[in-house]
Amino acid sequence: MFTLRDVTKDYAGRTALGPISLDLAPGRTTVLIGPSGCGKSTLLRLLIGLVRPDSGSVAFDGVPVAPETARSVRLRVGYVIQDGGLFPHLSARSNVTLLARYLGRDRSAIDARVDELAELTRFPREGLDRRPDQLSGGQRQRVGLMRALMLDPDALLLDEPLGALDPLVRADLQTELRDIFRTLGKTAVLVTHDLAEAAFFADRVVLLRDGRIVQEGSPGDLWHRPADPFVTRFVQAQRGPEVPA
Amino acid sequence: MTRPSPARLARAILVLLLAASPGCSRSERPVVVGAKKFTESVVLAELGVLLAEDAGAAARRDDLGGTPALWLALTQGDIDAYAEYTGTITRQILRADPPDLAEALAAHGVRMSRPLGYRNNYALGMRKDVAAAKGIAKTSDLRDHPELRCGFIHEFLDRPDGWPGLRDHYGLPQSDVRGMNHTLAYRALVEKGIDVTEVYTTDGEIAQYDLLVLPDDREFFPAYEAVWLYRDDLEARKPGVVERLRRLEGRISEAAMQRLNAAVQVDKRSEPEVASDFLRSELGLDVRTADGTLFGRVMRSTGEHLLLVVPSLLAAVLVGVPLGVLAARRPTLGRAVLAGAGLLQTIPSLALLLFMIPVMMWLVGRGTGPPPAIAALFLYSLLPIVRNAHAGLTSIPGSLRESAEALGLPPSAILRRVELPLAAPTILAGVRTAAVINVGTATLGGFIGAGGYGRPILRGIDKFDVPLMLEGAIPAAVLALAIEALFGLIERRAFPRHG
Repeated sequence: MFTLRDVTKDYAGRTALGPISLDLAPGRTTVLIGPSGCGKSTLLRLLIGLVRPDSGSVAFDGVPVAPETARSVRLRVGYVIQDGGLFPHLSARSNVTLLARYLGRDRSAIDARVDELAELTRFPREGLDRRPDQLSGGQRQRVGLMRALMLDPDALLLDEPLGALDPLVRADLQTELRDIFRTLGKTAVLVTHDLAEAAFFADRVVLLRDGRIVQEGSPGDLWHRPADPFVTRFVQAQRGPEVPA
Repeated sequence: MTRPSPARLARAILVLLLAASPGCSRSERPVVVGAKKFTESVVLAELGVLLAEDAGAAARRDDLGGTPALWLALTQGDIDAYAEYTGTITRQILRADPPDLAEALAAHGVRMSRPLGYRNNYALGMRKDVAAAKGIAKTSDLRDHPELRCGFIHEFLDRPDGWPGLRDHYGLPQSDVRGMNHTLAYRALVEKGIDVTEVYTTDGEIAQYDLLVLPDDREFFPAYEAVWLYRDDLEARKPGVVERLRRLEGRISEAAMQRLNAAVQVDKRSEPEVASDFLRSELGLDVRTADGTLFGRVMRSTGEHLLLVVPSLLAAVLVGVPLGVLAARRPTLGRAVLAGAGLLQTIPSLALLLFMIPVMMWLVGRGTGPPPAIAALFLYSLLPIVRNAHAGLTSIPGSLRESAEALGLPPSAILRRVELPLAAPTILAGVRTAAVINVGTATLGGFIGAGGYGRPILRGIDKFDVPLMLEGAIPAAVLALAIEALFGLIERRAFPRHG
């Protein structure tokens, strides 16, 4: 679905990403993981043209992602960021339907789609007319997800979508989100720095360090067949609770 | 799609707004009689207005400050007539002493009536006791007293037939010479704050304060005979008006003019009333003043004031918000725009107002009255609006703009549906600031005949008439407060706070 060839991105004269080549298969969930500053969010932004590569090429479904094509790509890709990235002046419903209304979609079809999405994401109906600052963190994230899914996109990109939530809400949403991915069968790319979360979602994990891919494969590959000592250290750093007896 | 440039847009909006404001179409324009900023000139202008009305024409008075502004307005056609003094015509306007004054004026499209009767000569005046103590009886005696403090109006300080010429002619040594308002100079003289001021020989204050008028013993000052100056197209445009104006020829004696001045200056009667009394008793004309009640006058000033404030503020919003958007989009251009708007704000408001006279003459063919005032107020209102629109847009978190972009909205939709609504509270606060500044600054419109609250305030200052000043100052303050309250209401309605 997404194809990157020899992509690099510089910031302030320093190479922040790449060179990277990567294929993201349709219908699968890929997790980009790595320490802070490894370039995983930049990689995600490259996919929908929010960031332009300094060299190499990015393509979506065979179409190069360039300024002229970026909008049509974005209309086919949902994008969710931490805390939902909701517009504070609009109600939850208006946030979800903003683009559809701009595109002049049929009013009743929009309403039906909102109902459907509220059910899918288990978002309370009475919350639809509230503004983001009147919703809980988990609810905001559900609205962000509804907004990304509104036009039934071919792919879904999520940038640390659960990073700001408390552990219980986070666990609930992880389960729901995985169910949604499986139900919808969409191409999903998720960025996180939490290996347990990565293992929970991923068909495939891509581990990045300093802008380069260190290892890619199934979660089991990272655990049991680490490509180099950094992978071992990264895996071991994600420790479980040590509870004294 | 081609977009009109902001500058062209601004000009188009201005022209549109001004075209919509009353008094702009030339064919229907009333007879406008100009007045300088002192009582005698205002009384004469009121006489002119009443005479024009007696001829069946609509007429009004415009207060335009000093001689240069009036001459410019007369030759441009902003006013039709005003009363001038022969000495001023030769020394200040023509700067020549032609053998045939009427012919020289005709070259400018201006006609002159025969003298109205009285002379209003310049002279120097002192308190009688101060002059006696120093042994001063005539102008040349001043040469022996370099310590004397002089206070003159600014125009007198600049005019060749004023202080510079007088000083050179007599060889006067005084160095403590300052510029001040004519009425205040009289006050200062009486309170012994200054020793010498210039007087007009018809001033009502000379008798009121029992002042000594120093004889011009070396004959410096020319004769200042009052005459009407009027445009040569006036007779054709408004038949009968010129004939009525000329009925005053030879009819106003020096004593009569002093009485008229004193009635306004000392007894605080209104100029139209004083003028109509004179016309009834002197010419037997049945003229009535439409001075009206206090309420009526305040309502009229309020209407005129709003006519300055509303179009200028609206235009500033229509131009300022797009400029703010542009400034937020292009940081380099933005700095230039903000600096430019800031620079406008540092120009003294009165200077900006006067600068707008030729500009608006060129743009809409009217150099006095509301158009230049609206243009100046428009420029003055820009800064708070541009700055707040810029600040409101640049303070939107980058993540929100990226969210909107990632959704697939085009830039124009992002601006309209996300950025402008988010910046709206800040922009509205800017408009609110601009509105309050605008209401206050619009009072300066009184200087160029734009009416509004400035007229009673300026006339009040000139006559030292506190109730008249308050007639403009209090409604101006009330209007500013009302606008504050209105915007507060809009803010609470449009952007309710959530708990």
